[in-house]
Amino acid sequence: MDKQELKQLKKTATQVRKHIIDEVYSASSGHPGGSLSCTDILTVLYFHEMRVDPKNPDWSDRDRFVLSKGHCAPALYAVLAEKGFFPVEDLVTFRSAESYLEGHPSMRYVKGVDMSTGSLGQGISAATGMAIAGKLDKKDYRVYSILGDGELQEGQVWEAFMSAAHYKLDNLTAFLDYNGLQIDGKIVDVMSPEPIVDKFKAFGWNVIEIDGHDYEQIINAIEQAKNTKGMPTVVVAHTVKGKGVSFMENQAGWHGTAPNKEQRDQAIAELDKILSELEGE
Amino acid sequence: MADKIATREAYGSALAEFGADERIVVLDADLSKSTKTDTFKKKYPERFLNMGIAEGNMMATAAGIASCGKIVFASTFAIFAAERGCEQIRNSICYPKMNVKVAATHAGISVGEDGASHQAVEDIAIMRSLANMVVISPADATETRLAVKAAIEHDGPVYLRLGRLAVPTLFDENYKFELGKGVTLADGKDVTIVATGLLVQYALEAKDILAKEGIEARVINIHTIKPIDEEIIIKAAKETGALVTAEEHNIIGGLGSAVAEVLAENYPVPLKRVGVEDKFGKSGKPAKLLEMYGLTAENIVNKAKEAMKMKK
Repeated sequence: MDKQELKQLKKTATQVRKHIIDEVYSASSGHPGGSLSCTDILTVLYFHEMRVDPKNPDWSDRDRFVLSKGHCAPALYAVLAEKGFFPVEDLVTFRSAESYLEGHPSMRYVKGVDMSTGSLGQGISAATGMAIAGKLDKKDYRVYSILGDGELQEGQVWEAFMSAAHYKLDNLTAFLDYNGLQIDGKIVDVMSPEPIVDKFKAFGWNVIEIDGHDYEQIINAIEQAKNTKGMPTVVVAHTVKGKGVSFMENQAGWHGTAPNKEQRDQAIAELDKILSELEGE
Repeated sequence: MADKIATREAYGSALAEFGADERIVVLDADLSKSTKTDTFKKKYPERFLNMGIAEGNMMATAAGIASCGKIVFASTFAIFAAERGCEQIRNSICYPKMNVKVAATHAGISVGEDGASHQAVEDIAIMRSLANMVVISPADATETRLAVKAAIEHDGPVYLRLGRLAVPTLFDENYKFELGKGVTLADGKDVTIVATGLLVQYALEAKDILAKEGIEARVINIHTIKPIDEEIIIKAAKETGALVTAEEHNIIGGLGSAVAEVLAENYPVPLKRVGVEDKFGKSGKPAKLLEMYGLTAENIVNKAKEAMKMKK
């Protein structure tokens, strides 16, 4: 990847982070922490990797994406809007009764959303289904999904992992947004899913561990997944909850809390600073 | 009367019959020999997937497959489909209006020996309260075949309620099946018996018993519990003035409740409900259990008379 593309991806991700702050601020509710932690992965998927067409969101040969951690809809909506699926101006209507931007992703209301999610554990099963359909139809599209680390406490995740390995779904790549925090605190304190990497390996998946904010590593992991045959790949992405906004980073309290005006302004100022630094490079 | 065939048998045969449609994919949760999806599996093995004993995952996987333009039948016992997989059916199938047909066998107490843990008597109540869901409860093999065809043609979620027990084939090849339309099987002016599934045969027997006492009972078969045929029920209320419902399900939330809702809002007349009276099932021979729980022609007769006595 050339420097110009890397810079552009970083700018897009920062813009997405600004949208996330404004979506959650406008709604006075929503989930900023986990949205910010999966932003870089989502940005790479939609702006570097995935075969999608905003003018034809239902294109049958498109790559699919399922946000299994559906509460991070602000990040998905921001990426889809930046990609051109719907107007960026609509983002601030998030969670309002007049808006199509549901609190959790709805495929029937929002262009570009491939699966309705929000109830944890179900998205990865649906992604497995899409990968099965791709195999049945001998299509070359790929299916991507992002799971939360707290989400691993849902038994259904392991049912899905078992079945995806059983059916050798090498067209499926899951990302674990491994930020270590859930609503009630650290995942290891609430209900530890550790050792996560060993579990994924034991379930028959190809496991790649990366820094989930390093673009080269995200891209390399995707390439490695594409070259792995006969088994699905899970990318264990170490991330920082609230990434990009100083006072939100590594704070479980920002899982599902909206910023007030002052906090919103500070967050936007920090992100604007990152943008201007990128411009100056 | 023709041979006895379980509706699950007819379901398996229908899947195989209509299975040439490449869009059809069948999932099962390790019960394909019992649900009879193995009939489809033998003919179209490439479009059959065993999902193991993991019903929640099966339902959401079905939704994902359906999102790619497939018509997915997901089968297991009713208790594990409608109840274990309930929230997945709600959030991943009904909410996004996926083209998934939840074909649940072994509904009701006629499961028999397996006992209460395996006898769903709540599934109609649960499934009919889900927006976008169509609920079909066929009475015999003929109706099951037509219900499978209708489910394939309907774009959206369907819950198909099927039984384990072999039942008489009541309808011949001329039988007309229209989704959402009740069928008047016998005309009458004194009372109306509204039945579904296994109880339709007993409703017809009850009509004959009542006839011997000079009571002319109308018999309506409601194969589609949702959307329910309001017109046929209101007409029966107006013309016969009293109704009795009959179903192999809890009297709370099933056909009886659905009919009561229609009557109360449109044309209130006396109604009595025959069904499982807010109890769990138990182990036993199906015939014995049906008798123990009052799912009989005799009980329909008694309840019909009670409803008639309540007429003003």
